[in-house]
Amino acid sequence: MKLAAVEFAGMPAVPRVDHCPSADDAPGPASRPAAVEADGLTVSRGGVEVLHRSSFTIATGRVTGLLGPSGSGKTTLMRALVGVQRNVSGTLRVLGIEAGQPSLRRRIAYLTQAPSVYGDLTIRENLDYFASILAVGAADVENVLERVELSALAGRAVRRLSGGEQARVSLASALLGGPKVLVLDEPTVGLDPVLRRHLWKLFGELAAGGATLLVSSHVMDEARRCDELLLLRDGWLIAQDTPAELARRTGTDDLDEAFLRLVQDGASR
Amino acid sequence: MSLRNVRGTALRVLAQLRHDPRTIALVLLVPCVLMTLLRFVYEGRREVFDAAGAPLLSLFPLMTMFLVTSVALLRERTTGTLERLLTTPLGKLELLLGYGLAFGVLAIAQVAIAFGVSLGLLGLHVAASKLVLALLCVLVALLGMGLGLLASAFARTEFQVVQFFPATITPQLLLCGLLTPRQHMQSVLRAVSDVLPMSYAVDAVHHLSREATIGSALWGDLGIVVGFAMVAIALGAATLRRRTE
Repeated sequence: MKLAAVEFAGMPAVPRVDHCPSADDAPGPASRPAAVEADGLTVSRGGVEVLHRSSFTIATGRVTGLLGPSGSGKTTLMRALVGVQRNVSGTLRVLGIEAGQPSLRRRIAYLTQAPSVYGDLTIRENLDYFASILAVGAADVENVLERVELSALAGRAVRRLSGGEQARVSLASALLGGPKVLVLDEPTVGLDPVLRRHLWKLFGELAAGGATLLVSSHVMDEARRCDELLLLRDGWLIAQDTPAELARRTGTDDLDEAFLRLVQDGASR
Repeated sequence: MSLRNVRGTALRVLAQLRHDPRTIALVLLVPCVLMTLLRFVYEGRREVFDAAGAPLLSLFPLMTMFLVTSVALLRERTTGTLERLLTTPLGKLELLLGYGLAFGVLAIAQVAIAFGVSLGLLGLHVAASKLVLALLCVLVALLGMGLGLLASAFARTEFQVVQFFPATITPQLLLCGLLTPRQHMQSVLRAVSDVLPMSYAVDAVHHLSREATIGSALWGDLGIVVGFAMVAIALGAATLRRRTE
């Protein structure tokens, strides 16, 4: 990683136009204002409730892990956050604005689980297109290419890349324009350990630069890399805590075990 | 409305086309080959070639645009790129205009080459303005785009979307007056053909190929084709939902 987090922190603010002043513009490190506030968040799909009355906050400038088994509602929660999910009720505010409002679209980036990029285009053509929509310059394209270590492959068609490389192209396009909130759906699943470590380091740097990250995973192992955790099970939010506090409360360092104990506690209550 | 977004999208779609030279070659050359075929099928019966050739010219942009638009939009929907685009500042109208511009370039190139070959080399005779016939072809291309956009909303796979071609385009070819004049059709079929857009496109071509002057009936037919195209595009745009299940 060539760029220091501090440099990146200064970069994205330049081409951006913020329509509304928001709480995160001057975050005091002590107060950690919430970038996301949910109260009684409920989502139904096809008449069935899949996310039940969840209330939580996501701190600004932190990496928050959204963890839970497959099918627990992680993607649904993320889709609600970026405003593409139907049948959402309750309160859900991002940067002080109701989720899904057009003014948020420049400030929030969403990485879908499957790489959503154009396979027939080269890496650079993909990024150039997303950059043109976000009105950011060519320098930003080069910057995100370096961040995900794809500069050398920039001229290659995306469909000729490996799965891990395609995932990084998708991530790179989410980083364009330095969004204030990054919603990343299982960005490290299926990647090799070296690359996973690299990406978690990148997430930490982005957070240090002032961005708020929500990163989902069904691998509990990744939880310890997060500043804070949201644990989901069957559409219920069963815990919001720091990894250390979670370990203390459940009396185990093994986060898999901690999750199981929380589930058992919930069941016996 | 941001022109930068429209332009960016058009350039991106054109870049995708550029990576697919075989599709470009097929789109540009197949109409010429088919027109040549028609010319020699009616060897010695030039009046039949003239009567069938002009309507056929106007069908190519319909077929091409239907197929490229439906497959391209289906890909956007199924690969997750549409979902991602709708979380960005890109507007739906900007996306569709971008597609329209890029595929419009392809359609115009196709019409230009097919016209050049048909009118120049094959000696197709068109009584009225060739420019108006070219305009009609562009409008029909727009119609094909609208119908393709709409079809992409009702298909989950590329297999399905291609099947919408025989399902929605072929009946129009049978009923548009190309095979039998519409006034000679059985009344039920006639009534059905009255609500199909291609009937008006072929009516317009008939006016163009038979009458030397351009009358109000022709402009009326062109207006109806544009109306159908706009309705199809508007309905298709409504299916590009930002919020989905």
